[in-house]
Amino acid sequence: METYKLMVNGQQKEVTEDPSTPLLWVLREGLKMTGTKYGCGIAACGACTVHIGGQAARSCVLPVSLVNGRPIVTIEAMAEDPVGRVVQDAWVDEDVVQCGYCQSGQIMAAVALLKSIRKPTDKDIEESMGANLCRCGTYVRIRQAIKAAAQQLG
Amino acid sequence: MHSVRVGLLAAVLVSISASVGSGSPRAAGTSSEARPASSEGLAAWQQVYSVLTHPRCLNCHTATNYPQQGEDRHRHQFNVVRGPDGRGVAGLTCATCHQGATSKATGGPNCAECHKGANLEATGVPGGHGWHLAPLSMAWQDRNNKPLSSAQVCRAVTDHTRNENMGGPELLKHHEEAALVQYAWQPGKRPDGTARALPPLTQAQFVEATRRWVEAGTPCPQQ
Repeated sequence: METYKLMVNGQQKEVTEDPSTPLLWVLREGLKMTGTKYGCGIAACGACTVHIGGQAARSCVLPVSLVNGRPIVTIEAMAEDPVGRVVQDAWVDEDVVQCGYCQSGQIMAAVALLKSIRKPTDKDIEESMGANLCRCGTYVRIRQAIKAAAQQLG
Repeated sequence: MHSVRVGLLAAVLVSISASVGSGSPRAAGTSSEARPASSEGLAAWQQVYSVLTHPRCLNCHTATNYPQQGEDRHRHQFNVVRGPDGRGVAGLTCATCHQGATSKATGGPNCAECHKGANLEATGVPGGHGWHLAPLSMAWQDRNNKPLSSAQVCRAVTDHTRNENMGGPELLKHHEEAALVQYAWQPGKRPDGTARALPPLTQAQFVEATRRWVEAGTPCPQQ
């Protein structure tokens, strides 16, 4: 076991974990931040997406020992994030969610996309969101919400 | 005195002979006297080529806008794409899933000590520092997913306009030290727990073959 100092949503957190523990378990079990979801556990669905150093990352396959002081941002911080807020509002306006389980990961990926490309094309959306799976099949509404958020963000 | 002159002449001739067919105008990093004959260099290149066209290398040296996976070199799941710099696109970069250490972690003396790969045995997701695709100029397969010929790959590898201006010593260093090259010999296991295939040579053999090829002046087959 080793002790790590993590910067999670702007707050310093100290955790003691085995170096190979995935960040997802540190967030959910250690820090009780359950907004980030466990889906497949093998980086194949995107439900566990967080931002590490501003980049989308699958927390289920990221050992805590590799975070290395890079800032971690989770779905819990999106309401306070200028882009995250707009995306969440668009998600509500477009009534994207069905069961909702994958949606925190979908939103985290969408925010990462919009922070990099303010006016994404359909192709941009397909390429960026293609690895975030939704078994309810809300993809059409996800695309609409991303475009609505892009419009809102100007 | 006469024998010394003859010896020097022979060394020069060997040097000229070894550079025939070479794509590298740079010095190989060794004195011409030490250069092996071109045939030895070409034989060494064939060993290097056998590794470069293994799926562990080809899967990221693609001619397409996407990486490949597996021993059958199928398209990467989820329609993952190359992106503008070979590192994927916003929201889905290579590092979104393929993580590696990004800072000094062990205090070791060389790059590999600090930039260890990060295969996750529990999940089968491979990882390494700076995961990315090779540039399209370094594609070692054609558009039909067929490996390029030995001569074609050799020309690409030794063409300074395509290989990020690497000469022989730089190519040797790349084969010996680059984290993603080293990954080829530590590919970990698939999600089903079976081991990924290794290249046909050990990395030590690969580096030694590269060294002999470089010392011969990076000769390339004619076709």
